[in-house]
Amino acid sequence: MTLQVENLTIYYQTLRGEVHALESTNFRIEDHEIMGLAGESGCGKTTLGTSLVLLKPPMKFIAGRVILDNEELPIQDMEGMNPFRFKKLSIIPQYAMNALNPTRKIGKMTAEFLRSRNVDFQAVWPVLKERLDLVELPETVLGMYPMEMSGGMKQRMVMVLSTLLNPSLLIADEITSALDVATQKAVVEMLVEFRNNGCCKSAIVITHDLSILYQIADSILIMYAGQLAEKAPTATIIQAPRHPYTRLLISSLPRLGARYAQKRLTGIPGSPPQLLTPPRGCRFGERCPDAFEKCQQEPPFVEVEKGHFLACWKDFDSHALA
Amino acid sequence: MLSLEAVSKVYQVGTFGGKELPAATKVSFDVQKGEVVSLIGESGSGKTTIGRMILHLTLPTSGRISFSGTDIATLRGAALKEYYRHVQGVFQDPFSSYNPIFKADRVFALIREQFYPHLSDGEWNDRVDGSLKAVGLNPEIVLHKFPHQLSGGQLQRFLIARALLLDLQFLVADEIISMLDASTRLDVLNLLANLKSRGLSILFITHDLSLGYYISDRAVILRRGCVVEMGASDRVFANPLHPYTKMLMASIPRLDHKWEEMTKDRVLRAPPHGLTGGCAYYDRCPLADKDCAQEIPMLRDIEPDHSVACCRCSGP
Repeated sequence: MTLQVENLTIYYQTLRGEVHALESTNFRIEDHEIMGLAGESGCGKTTLGTSLVLLKPPMKFIAGRVILDNEELPIQDMEGMNPFRFKKLSIIPQYAMNALNPTRKIGKMTAEFLRSRNVDFQAVWPVLKERLDLVELPETVLGMYPMEMSGGMKQRMVMVLSTLLNPSLLIADEITSALDVATQKAVVEMLVEFRNNGCCKSAIVITHDLSILYQIADSILIMYAGQLAEKAPTATIIQAPRHPYTRLLISSLPRLGARYAQKRLTGIPGSPPQLLTPPRGCRFGERCPDAFEKCQQEPPFVEVEKGHFLACWKDFDSHALA
Repeated sequence: MLSLEAVSKVYQVGTFGGKELPAATKVSFDVQKGEVVSLIGESGSGKTTIGRMILHLTLPTSGRISFSGTDIATLRGAALKEYYRHVQGVFQDPFSSYNPIFKADRVFALIREQFYPHLSDGEWNDRVDGSLKAVGLNPEIVLHKFPHQLSGGQLQRFLIARALLLDLQFLVADEIISMLDASTRLDVLNLLANLKSRGLSILFITHDLSLGYYISDRAVILRRGCVVEMGASDRVFANPLHPYTKMLMASIPRLDHKWEEMTKDRVLRAPPHGLTGGCAYYDRCPLADKDCAQEIPMLRDIEPDHSVACCRCSGP
């Protein structure tokens, strides 16, 4: 087992009250698993990823436990997390390309960054060289300023930096959304190679693009409005989704070869609920075509088949009867 | 209706503007009435520059853009305002298209001030309501709100409604759905399809090939400011000929099949001197030989309504 998240609840403190951004989250990631985390904007996927590494105000820890490699992470303790950050778990943040200091050459920045973590630059040097090879960056990038590199190069450089100390868990937050299709493909394939070469034990890939996850992820977790909706192996989510939200989300993706003239795709009517005062019961209830009375109560996130978790009353009942 | 003839744009860059950066090179294509043309390219391919030139926001360095027969570079003053009555643009980021300290309907008020000062309040409000309904918004819900109270999809449709208040004939839609969620982007895309069936011409600028195919009648593929392939969408997508287009098609993440193999043995050559002479795809092309570095290939017709700029690839 790499990561186990139990009942994790994170709210945002605002002047108008608490935003229920993440509600009783339970899931686990096995060794060597790449888990995709998908959902619409505002569904809490970035909150989930960031809270595991850097839980700072306005984020507010309410409840829950996070266990990484049989060790509990003190995620609500800013100082206490320091021994774990970068060494045990690492994040590639959204807009990582802008995370590089524009006034430092890449090599110098890397050295400073390692010193801040009490790691000897010389000792890491062979690993760094090997990793640069892996992402097909020439060694000369270390003498370059970030502005001399393209977006794809910067993204790959940040990937190298984040995984330099072989963390157990790598969290990649929207690493491809600013890249072109060809670069996108190269970057996510490198992520898979990182996992295969043991640069990180397992990974969470956060994205809004399900079709990317289908290419690389072992399992996919779908979130909606701060709650988990469905988690299953990739093929199951794409080919046989059981949560109505997952089904609608997949059917609203245009595929190559689909044209409006032949088959008109439709979006999901309505919009996600306000999380300041979340609705009672299933949060997707309002937009769900299959909703019925029971949806007034909150559905539990339970395993309906081996490896297939689901939070929906509809399926829960049919499963219970069967 | 709108036609571009050998349009080029060269930006002056560097400390004193001493270096030249070609953003578009001899781009020619037409957009007919009621047609959706998608302009597809990666970042830096010059697709936004072309959109801006059509909107008269930058002038081409050479070449001619004509709208209903008039060269738009010659338009000044009242004639230019008249042009904007027919041609409007909607851009990528709906949140930065609004001034956050004013209510979102201010964009309508500005149109009224500029173009319809003589209309009475009642008449104007009817028009606004009609135009909002045309884009699928409920006027009672969306009017008199601040931009932060509306969602990205609503704001984007608001901007299309603003354009519809005018006597709109041509819309430049520059990446208008790339910031929207999967569940809302289709509403905007289907809205464009409805407008097209009412006779509106649309230039749909995008980097997403599957969205480009979904909506467009014709497709233009750009690489480094050059048109590498263009033609009817079904021909270009069913039978891509240029090695660049083929590579793009193969890189699209799809839900119905997985990428075949890892991107190995990628071709890497030094680009032809500067960014000018030579084929736009020379540095990555698996088929290229040394001639490709010398001359810019011309677009040639392979089959009816499908042309490609490549010396190496043969017909279908």
